[in-house]
Parts: sequence; structure tokens; C-alpha cells
Amino acid sequence: MNNGDMVNVDGRDIRIEGERNLLELIRKAHIELPTFCYHSDLSVYGACRLCIVDIDGMGVVTSCSTPPKAGMVVRTNTAPLRQMRRMYLELLLANHHQGCATCVKSDRCKLQELAVRMGVTEVRFQTKLEAKPLDTSNPSLVRDPNKCILCGDCVRACEEIQGVGAIDFAYRGAATTVAPAFGKTLSEVACVYCGLCASVCPTGAITPRPQIDRVWQALSDERKTVVVQIAPAVRVALGEMFGLEAGVVTTGKMVAALKMLGFDKVFDTSFAADLTVLEETTEFLGRKTRGERLPQFTSCCPAWVKYAEQFCPELLPNLSSCRSPQQMFGSLAKATLPDTLGIEREDLFVVSIMPCTAKKFEAQRPEFQAGGHPDVDAVLTTQEFGRMIKQAGIQFNQLTPESLDLPLGFKTGAGVIFGVTGGVSEAVLRFAYEKLTGVKLDSADFAEVRGPQGVRIRQIKLGDVELKLAIVHGLKNARAVAEDVRAGKADYDFVEVMACPGGCIAGAGQPVSFEQDTRHRRTQGLYDTDKTLQLHASQENPYLAQCYSSTLDGIGGHRAHELLHTGYRSRKRVMDEGFSVLDPSGARALEINVCVGTGCYLRGSQRLLQQLVNYVKDQGLERTVDVRATFCFEACDKGPNVKIGEVVMHRCSFEMVRAELDKQLRQVAA
Amino acid sequence: MCEKQNVACDCGLRKFEKVCRILDKYDRSPSKLVPILQEVQHEYRYLPEQVQAFIATSLGLSPARVFGVASFYANFALEPKGKYVIHICDGTACHVKGSERIKEALHKQLGLDDKKTTTGDMLFTVEAVSCLGACGLAPVMTINDEVHGQVTPAKAVELVNGIREREQAE
Amino acid sequence: MIQQKMDMEATGQAYRQARQAVRRRVIVCAGTGCVANGSLKVYEALRQETEARGLDVVVKLGDDCGCKSDVFLSKSGCQGFCQAGPLVTIEPEDWLYVHVKPEDVADIVEQTLIHDRPVKRLVYVDPASHEAFEQTHEIPFYKRQQRVVLGECGNIDPEDIREYIARGGYAAAKRAFTEMQPEQVCEEVLASGLRGRGGGGFPTGRKWALTLPEPGEKKFVICNGDEGDPGAFMDRSLMEGNPHRVLEGIMIAARAIGADEAYVYVRAEYPLAVQRIRKAVADAEEAGILGEDVFDSGRNMTCHVMEGAGAFVCGEETALMASIEGLRGMPRPKPPFPAQSGLWGKPTVINNVETLATVPLIIAEGSGHYRRLGTAGSPGTKTFAVTGHVANTGLIEVPFGTTLREIIFEIGGGVIDHLGQVMPDGFKAVQIGGPSGGCLTAEHLDMPLDFDSVKKIGAMVGSGGLVVMNRDTCMVKIAHFFMRFTQNESCGKCVPCREGTKQMLWLLEDIMEGRATAETLELLEELASAVQLGSLCGLGKTAPNPVLSTLRYFRSEYEAHIVQKRCPAGQCKALAMPEILADRCKGCGACLRKCPVNAIAGEKKMPHRIDAGTCIKCGTCAQVCRFDAIVGVN
Repeated sequence: MNNGDMVNVDGRDIRIEGERNLLELIRKAHIELPTFCYHSDLSVYGACRLCIVDIDGMGVVTSCSTPPKAGMVVRTNTAPLRQMRRMYLELLLANHHQGCATCVKSDRCKLQELAVRMGVTEVRFQTKLEAKPLDTSNPSLVRDPNKCILCGDCVRACEEIQGVGAIDFAYRGAATTVAPAFGKTLSEVACVYCGLCASVCPTGAITPRPQIDRVWQALSDERKTVVVQIAPAVRVALGEMFGLEAGVVTTGKMVAALKMLGFDKVFDTSFAADLTVLEETTEFLGRKTRGERLPQFTSCCPAWVKYAEQFCPELLPNLSSCRSPQQMFGSLAKATLPDTLGIEREDLFVVSIMPCTAKKFEAQRPEFQAGGHPDVDAVLTTQEFGRMIKQAGIQFNQLTPESLDLPLGFKTGAGVIFGVTGGVSEAVLRFAYEKLTGVKLDSADFAEVRGPQGVRIRQIKLGDVELKLAIVHGLKNARAVAEDVRAGKADYDFVEVMACPGGCIAGAGQPVSFEQDTRHRRTQGLYDTDKTLQLHASQENPYLAQCYSSTLDGIGGHRAHELLHTGYRSRKRVMDEGFSVLDPSGARALEINVCVGTGCYLRGSQRLLQQLVNYVKDQGLERTVDVRATFCFEACDKGPNVKIGEVVMHRCSFEMVRAELDKQLRQVAA
Repeated sequence: MCEKQNVACDCGLRKFEKVCRILDKYDRSPSKLVPILQEVQHEYRYLPEQVQAFIATSLGLSPARVFGVASFYANFALEPKGKYVIHICDGTACHVKGSERIKEALHKQLGLDDKKTTTGDMLFTVEAVSCLGACGLAPVMTINDEVHGQVTPAKAVELVNGIREREQAE
Repeated sequence: MIQQKMDMEATGQAYRQARQAVRRRVIVCAGTGCVANGSLKVYEALRQETEARGLDVVVKLGDDCGCKSDVFLSKSGCQGFCQAGPLVTIEPEDWLYVHVKPEDVADIVEQTLIHDRPVKRLVYVDPASHEAFEQTHEIPFYKRQQRVVLGECGNIDPEDIREYIARGGYAAAKRAFTEMQPEQVCEEVLASGLRGRGGGGFPTGRKWALTLPEPGEKKFVICNGDEGDPGAFMDRSLMEGNPHRVLEGIMIAARAIGADEAYVYVRAEYPLAVQRIRKAVADAEEAGILGEDVFDSGRNMTCHVMEGAGAFVCGEETALMASIEGLRGMPRPKPPFPAQSGLWGKPTVINNVETLATVPLIIAEGSGHYRRLGTAGSPGTKTFAVTGHVANTGLIEVPFGTTLREIIFEIGGGVIDHLGQVMPDGFKAVQIGGPSGGCLTAEHLDMPLDFDSVKKIGAMVGSGGLVVMNRDTCMVKIAHFFMRFTQNESCGKCVPCREGTKQMLWLLEDIMEGRATAETLELLEELASAVQLGSLCGLGKTAPNPVLSTLRYFRSEYEAHIVQKRCPAGQCKALAMPEILADRCKGCGACLRKCPVNAIAGEKKMPHRIDAGTCIKCGTCAQVCRFDAIVGVN
């Protein structure tokens, strides 16, 4: 007899405990139904049709989209269901570029895994694939549309979690593709390179762009001294590639492996994270005491920085000017190591191993180059690092742990928890507490800032000072907080933003995992590391003090500013030309761009445009001046924005524009 | 797209203002994307990329979303179409009465195929469309909005030649 | 804002009086079919000619002029008999003139309008019996029909709200709003047994009754006018011919579920329907029938018209809602059903145009009266678009339970060949329900058609497209045609539909082009069943129907393609095997001269032969042969 709140799954009664759908409930019966398009973080899509079950009275339905109802009798493994699942996999394979042996995703491909699991041994259907070009336009990600199975996970992740919408479905039916707008490349649209698409992709259709070959090359170049920094999150995930559980800390083995691979020095990004804590907290407390612009947003996450530059340019002054730990490490390494090691600066090759794809983009930003040489020469993801170990034939699990090199390999627990959401805030609080109270912290934990929720608002009292923090992960959440700040609806002092849900431990460079508890285990691994280290607050790092006195002219010093801080600029969301309002004909000397984006439109840019066109016509300047409507200078609070030649003007009136135009025309004439 | 070369005219501005008016008419509401695209297409006769990007920005949508919608529906044109858009109905009734042969005849006459649908001189676009709902007159084709019933391949070619002659005379 | 509401009673009265003051009404059919055949030119000619002949003509009835006129010249929506258009109807005599051209107008004016006689040469002559019929209702095409829903389409002016009101229009809506509770409206429609005309045949009253108790202030009614079925055009005719009737149905549905806002979603391919519905909404708003405080009931009602953008899948309700919301028209899984979470997450009822146009009848005349027609399980009438190889193509309306034989042979006038000549024994099959439906064959000719009987044999009534196919039709090719249609229109979301329909199409191509083996058919059937069972929405679930049903009834035809590499109907080009029948060939040499590859040889006056190795199966020979001596190629 069925109990009131039971569902019968293959003959066993399973209690309904608030599951949103049958698929989740069936997991409690220890049955993992095959699926491509179901992700607990994303909306239900119901397209892959693999999680089908047979329910009495309802027939064949997808379990992901069916809410459990008491008394349901569900069968998950009937002959027709097996046949249908096999058929759908066969259909997908027929439309899939099956170069499995040479695919980077080969060992973690869900399509391959399910085909094997479901016993698909042949594809009876025709394959008529027209090869589509790869998108290798950017340093972070490679898109291979030939391997896409159109499950839509990437589209929903980009939209629902990151609020970016860089890619979407285009066309329809058999011609459907997933692509950036107008079939452009990722580098031409608002992609922030967080790589969430790659981490949810079940196949090799979106993958991190590898730099392994560059690193091998540097390692075999005798003139080069190759040093490496390892980000905190790498140590709790790399083991997964060698059969270890998620969350198992392998720092010592990693050092041994890196040494075997030929790296000259192995350092820890956590050292730079400690440095970041000191700089960022100092900046923050300075703003707080001087009553300057708050809240301060963190700037460690390169995907968030790019996002802010594109979508929240008005908040850029709120972004901490601190470089990310990766870049602090890079500039510091390039500034100090050549002397220490007795080599030329250009012979120092800095590699970082990151859980992140956006770090690859960050390292290539022009701000982070000196004399044509980047501060960080190559960025490997955790995955790539694992692959290098495998390529070298190193038996990772058998290695005897070794120690990181000093000084840049020494860190406190604060620098380690940077890799998890809430970690930056907690590290900052550990330093700020001492600064504000003058008392040494007895218990290092600020456990209240931890947790998996996407937005956590916390009020924390440090002595007499009450701080209001917002800790967010997922850029869509960040956008919401940013909107509140902009609208004056929020009075936060400090906002921590990480793009990836869960923080860096779930970055797109980490080993691919479709398991439910991976995130939790990795998080735990970092918090455990913090516990086992002797020191827990960045200010206690003895090598930092040394570094400040020898290299950086003290906290907030001139040299520190030069090496550890940066600036931001607003970026356009769409690469486009805008369009000519006057008909383009003939070469023109001068281009006028009038922003007609929403903000400027509301501030009267359209009328301005009209006046300008009339003026140009009245003066007979049609051949000299090209008046163009463009979409956004991303300074919407200062609209209407007009760009004449190279001069950008804000809060424009027609008179201002006319004056500038006349001035420039006179210059052209002269 | 202005006929008078080398003489600046304000058709760009007029169209742009029209787009703004259309956006305002629908309160710049993202849920009105389909009718907005329809009206804008009416103005431009297709949906230029920049205009789609402008619409996206104005509605607070990602350009990929707008492109996704524009490329989903058959009636949105992503490329400019000819002055005369010929739709050949390929509904069941027209199909069993030989609509295929009409398409073949027009393709041959105009040098087009299923991939290349618009003539080089931008005069004609030929497309097969699903049922036009005039099954009683099968086979049917429309030239712009004008419906022609019980069409034969010869009659279709004759219609097209007639238009071309008229155009050349002008 | 206080609206000045129209006094419906007085308006109707005035219109009827004005109508009585006119001696004769001339109605020119301005449905899409007749317009394409030039009916607007006929209308213009009539106007000029009547004026030239000094007749007193009105084109719009005044409210209060009180003066007598000779002729009231008006346009109507589709009268259904598209085959015979342009149509001109003369009232009160009910004379029908067919194939009217502007040149005929002088005669009509002279003989009919001045001398009160029918123009004999313009009346309908039955092609089989050669009998002439003067009056509309005597013509076999109309005689067997029961035009309950379509009836007014042919003679009401669709652009004049007053005429609709004068004929009792909007009285049912008024009753629903002022004299009935929502529950009563649901009950009445439930009692009528009305089933959705869009495809599934779900009881309309039950759909409403499920939505009514859903919590929330905001609910929506959507009128689904995205009729995409290739070969069906009843919704188009209703929206063009009697838009107010549709609007009234929408209002009643809104009353039944407690909605105050409605959307009419019309296919973009129907510009005239869009225009007519828009005008109807504007006129109803101006008259105060839509707007605030409808019929002084204290309830409000607004109605938006939205044009589709060309996606057949938007006929699926969740895809349609996505389209209204500005998204790609991709269906989503149900549950939640629209009744719980529809447009913008609000409870929503979606009904098809024909369903909604039927509703006012039920409220006006009562469910009992409605049930007098049709069968117990499928009461009422159903419109069918009869097309294909049939003498009288057009739009018809018959009670459920009518047989296919009556429809094709009595109303439709029989099966025709490709030249339009009646083929007494030419019937092969009928495709019912478009690409989601299946085929009915000679064995089903005497089966009473209703939702359940058709479903039982693996087809569906669907929206009511009936495509008649003669014996020269290749059923594999027809299955391929429908497969290509659904494959083209698949939204691309779910795997079985996106990939499965594509592969089914390719398998059919293998069969048609001689590449198939015995395994092809097996794989096709296995795939068809996986697509049918596992697709996300109705489009995918029904996409294999044409294949499955042709396989069921014409399996031998498939096998002939596969095993003998032969197309029995001679339609599949790749399998064509042209042959010259020696007993018919006169040896005239026409084929020999026209053959582009010199594959034909033979002495003059002696039977010719085709060399199979050289022949490219172009069919030129068969076209030029005057003795029907060449077979096996088309």
C-alpha cells in the first residue's frame, strides 16, 4: 500500500521530501538517470529526453520536468525506455563529430560515457556533417560547434547564472546552432570568459583553450628560468584527474610533479592572495575612514572585472584598484626574481596554474605587460596541468610530497580560502579586525560569511565599527547587487564577487565534474587546509613584511601602487560599427558618434542627433562629416554621450557639440 | 541604400527615427520583441545586424537573444531581399498539384536555387513557403502581397518576365 | 474615461430597417481565393455599372436614412466554394453566379438588377450531371452541408459590426457577462460536448472549468489563429469572414475563466485576417463592447492582436506563448499546463479559432440545441478544407458522423486526375489532419467521421484538412512530403524531433531513390515509434503519423520501392522505368525526336523502344506522346 507521500520507483517506495522533480527523487533510490540537459542550478529544459520514465496513467514522460506526486508508480528501466534512450544517443552521435580519440574532452565526455553505459555499439543512421569553423578568437575558450549536441546547458548557464547571454540558440530545426550574436566570435561579444559554459558542456563543444605547448617549449628552453604559481583552488581538485576524491589536498605532490616536469621554482598564488588582503583591506579601510566611495567591490575575479567594465561601468570607481593575486604575483615575480636568481628579466618565464579560464584573458591584458613582456607568461588550467603530468608519465599518486619554494611559496590560511566564495571577505575581515580593534584575533573564523547561497548579506561588528557585507557568486547575482547599489537601495561597505558558483573551486579550468557533491568537497578541502596551516591571517605572513620593506616601500607605498594596483575602463558590449545616419558616401574627414543607447536616449540624444543632422545639412557639411548613431559608450549616467573624432564628451548639449565640431573642423582645415 | 549616389540624404535618419518610434510604441518592452522586429523589418525590408544590436541594447536584451529570435522565425529576413518577393506555396494541396514544378521553372528563369534565393540585381527573391491558406486555388504563389491562383510554370515565368519588362521600362 | 457605449438594440434595429429599405443585395466574395481570382475587379465593375445604369446603389447601409435603394453592394468573407470563384450572390433570391469576370457585370446589372432575372450562363453547372443550379442552397456542394459556424461567413459584411449586431451578434456574450456566472458558462459549454478544433479534441468546457478555479487576479485567453496545417484554411476564413463571431467567442471564454485580457495570435501569412480581426477589435472597442465595464457588468476586457512570424510550431500552445512573450517559439515541457501557468506564468486558456467561433452559438441557443447535430461523442459540426484531387475544392462544414464518401463524392464532386477530369474509380486515399494526421483509404469511405473513429485508425481530425489523392499518387512521396514539412518546422529543441525527423526524411529518401534495404524499413519503424513516444511536444509526437499510417495501409507500395526498386505510381523519378506499350504506340516518332539523350529507337509506324541504360527518366517522352503509350515515368 502506498503511503501518503511516497512515489513507487521500480518497486520501491521513495518518500517525497520537497524534491522539485522526479529525477531528483529517483536519485534517492540510488538510480542515476541519464541526462544531458538537467542541471540542478539551471531551469528545466526537457530537451535531451534521456531521463524518460514510464508512469502509470501518464505514459512516457521526462522525469526532469515532472513534479513528484504521492502515489505515482514509476518505472525507469523498461525495454522500450532502454530502446528509446539508445535510439536518442544514436541520433546524437550521428550528428556529432566523432573524433573522440583526439578530443580533449574524451575522458570526461558525457556523450561518450552515456553511449557506453547504454550499450550503443553502432550508429545505424547517416552522418552528413558540414564542418563548421572553430572559434579560437580568444585566449580563454575554444568553441567547436561540430561537437555541440544542443542541450542548451551553456546557453542557460550564461543567461541564468551569469546574466551575460553571450551565446544563444540561433536558427531552428536541424539548422539550430548555439552561437554568439550574428554568428560572431566570442571575442567580439560580451563574453567574460568565465567558462561556465565549458564546465557544464557535456561534450567537447566548448573547452578551455590550452597553452600546454607554450609551457613545454619554455621548459625545454635552456635560457629560460621557469617559475610557477599555483592558485589555491587547484590543490583540492587536481587529484580528481588521478582518481582521488574531490577535495583531497595534493599540494606537496603537485610541487613534486612540477619539479619533475622541470619547473625551476614552485610558488603559491596564496602568497599573493595574502598580499592582496593587505592592499585591499588598506584601501577599503581608507575609503571607510575617509568617507569615500563605498561599497568597495573586490577585483580578484577577472570575469567579474570584465563584466563590470561592460555592464556596470558607472561602478568602476567602486572596484578595488588591487590587481588580482595572479597579477600581483606576476608583477612581483618579474620585479624581484631576476635579481634574486641572477637572471635577465626576459629570461624569466612565469606560469600560473589556475582553476579559471578568465585568468588566461587577464594575463594578456595590456595593463599587465611591462616592456612588451607580460607579467604572467602562460596560464594553465588545472586540467592542463593534469594533462602535462599524464603526458610526462608521472605516477602522481605515488609521489612523495615536496615543499613549496620560499619566499613566494609561503602563505597563511587566509590566502588559501581565497578560492571559495566568502573566502576573500573572511580573509579581509581577519586583517580588518586587527586594524580596527588593535587586538589580535583569537579565533580566526568568520563562519557567517561562508555558505552556498548566491547572495549573502552579513552585518559584522569589528570593535566599534559595524560593516555591512554582501558576498555574491554568479554574475547575475552581482548585477542585482550592483543595481541596488546604483539605485541607492543598498548601503553595503564591501561586496565580494566571484563569477563561478561556489567560487574558484568550481572554476571552468578545474577537472570536469558532473557529480553533485564535488563543489562541497572542494570547499571543505580549502577550509581544512586553512585549519592545518599554522597561520590564518595574512598580516602574520612573515615573508610579506619582508617583501614590503625590501621591494614595495611599505603598505600603500609608491612601488606597491605601481606593482599591485591597476585601473579599469569601460568596454563596449558589442563590437559594432554603429550606423550612419547621414547616408555614407565618399570619404569624410570627421566622424561624429552620438550614443543612442537607452540611457542617452532618455536624456535626449535622439533630439540632439536630429539637431546635429540639420546643422550638418544647413552648413553643407555632408561630405566632410559622418554622423553616426552608436549604441553605447558605457557611460550611461553621463549621457548624452557624443564622440567627435577622438574626443568623447559627456552630458552634451547641442551647443557643446556644435562648438567642438566647429573647433575640430577648423583644425582640419588648418 | 539610397538611390541617389553621392548626394547625402536623410533616409538613414528617417529610418532610425522610425525604429525609435517603434520601440517607444511598444514601451521598449522586451516581451514585444516579435512585433518590434516585424515593424522594423517593414521599414528596412530585412533586419540589419546593427539594427538588431540597437534593438537589443534598447530593450536590455543580449544581442544573441535578439539574433536567436530573429533567426528562429521564417518571416524575418537576415539578408536583404529583392524588390519582388515571390512566395510559392508548398502546402499539401499545392504540392499535390505540382508547386514543385513552378519553383523549378522560376529558379531556372532567374538563375536561382534553394540556397541562392535573391537575384543579383535585387529584383526578385523566390522562396517556397508553407501553406498560404488559399488551398482552393492550388497551386498558389504570391508576389509581394498579391495572390495568384492556379499557377502553371508557364504563367509564373510570364508574370516574372512582365515585372522585369516593366522595371526595365522605368 | 467614460466611454459612450453603443446601444446594441437600437443599432441592430436601425440596421435591419435600413436593410429592408434595399431591394436587392449583391454580395461579392472577397475571401482570399476569390480576390486572387479577381473578385475585387468584379466588385469595382459592379459599382461603376450600377451607377452608370442609374441605379441607386449603397455600399454601406446608413443607420437612419429611411430612403429606398435599389442595390446594396457588399463584400463578404470566404463562401467556401473557392473552386468556382469569383462568386457573386444575389439576395433575396439566393442566386449564385460563379466564375464571374468584370465582363459579366453588364449582364448581371441588365438582367438581374434591372429585369429581375438570373443570368443563366453564370449559374453553376454540375460537371458530372450537367445540371444547372440557380440557387446556392441547391448546389450539391452546399446542399449536403450544415453551415452552422461558417454560415454567416459568406453573406455578412465582415467589416461592419452593425450587421453582426443586427443578426443577434454579441447577445450571447452579453448574456454570459450579465446573466450567467462563470461556472454556468463552463457548464453550458461542457454540456454541449464541444471539443477543441485545433487537433487534440479536448473538451472545451473542461479546459475552462480547470482554469476557472486557478487562483490569481490575472488570467489570459489566447485565440490560436496560427493555423499552419498545410491544406487547412478554416480559421483563416472565419477570421476574414466573420471576425466578430471569433471575438465574441473570446469574450465568452474570458468570462468563463475570469480573464480580462486576450490575445489573438494570427499567422503572418494571413494579412487579411490580421487586418479584419484588428478592425473588429477596434470597432468593438469603439462601440464599448470591449473595454471597461463590459455590458455594465463591472468587468473589463481588452484584446490584443499579434501577428505570427512564420513558425508552424507556434500552433503548439506553449510555443505560442513563448512567441507572445518575445522568445523563440520553442515548446516547453508540460506540466505545468497553461491552465496553471501560462502566459507570463498566469493561468491561461488557449482555444482555436473555430472552437471559439462555435461558442457564441452554444450560449445563444443552448447546449441541447447544439447537440442536435453530430454524434454523441463529437457533437456539432466540423469544417473541413477539401483540397487536392477533388472536383470541388473548398471549405465545407458538415455534422460529425458524415462519411468520407459523402464529403468527397457528393460535396466534393468526385476525384479528378491531374488534368481536372473526374476519375470515377480514381480514389486512393485522403490525408486527414495534415502533417500530424494520417491517411484514410477506400475501406474508410463509409466510416462516420468523428474525433474517436478517426483516432482509432491511427489518424486525427486535427484542424480538418482533407487532401484527396488519386490513384496516381505515390504514398511514399506523400509521407516524404509531410516529413519534410515537419522536419522543416521542427523547432530544434528536443533530440527525437530534431534529429529523428531528419533521419526519417533521409530514410524515406533512400526508399524513394532506390538505396533502401529491408533494414531501412525496420529502422524507419523503430525510429518512428521512438520519435512518437519521446518527443517533447505535439509536433514531434505526431510527426511520424503520416509515415506510420501510409505504412499501415500501403506497405506493399513501400516494399515495391525497396525490393523491386519500382514506384507503382511512377512518381519517384529515381525509380522511374519508362516503357512504351507496344499495343498503343503508333510509331509516330514524336518521342524519338524529343528525347534529349536519344534513348528511343524504332521504325516509323512500328512500336518504339526505350533503351533503359541511356534513359535519364526526364519524362519528356510521356509528355509528348498523344496516345498514352508511355508509362512508368511522370
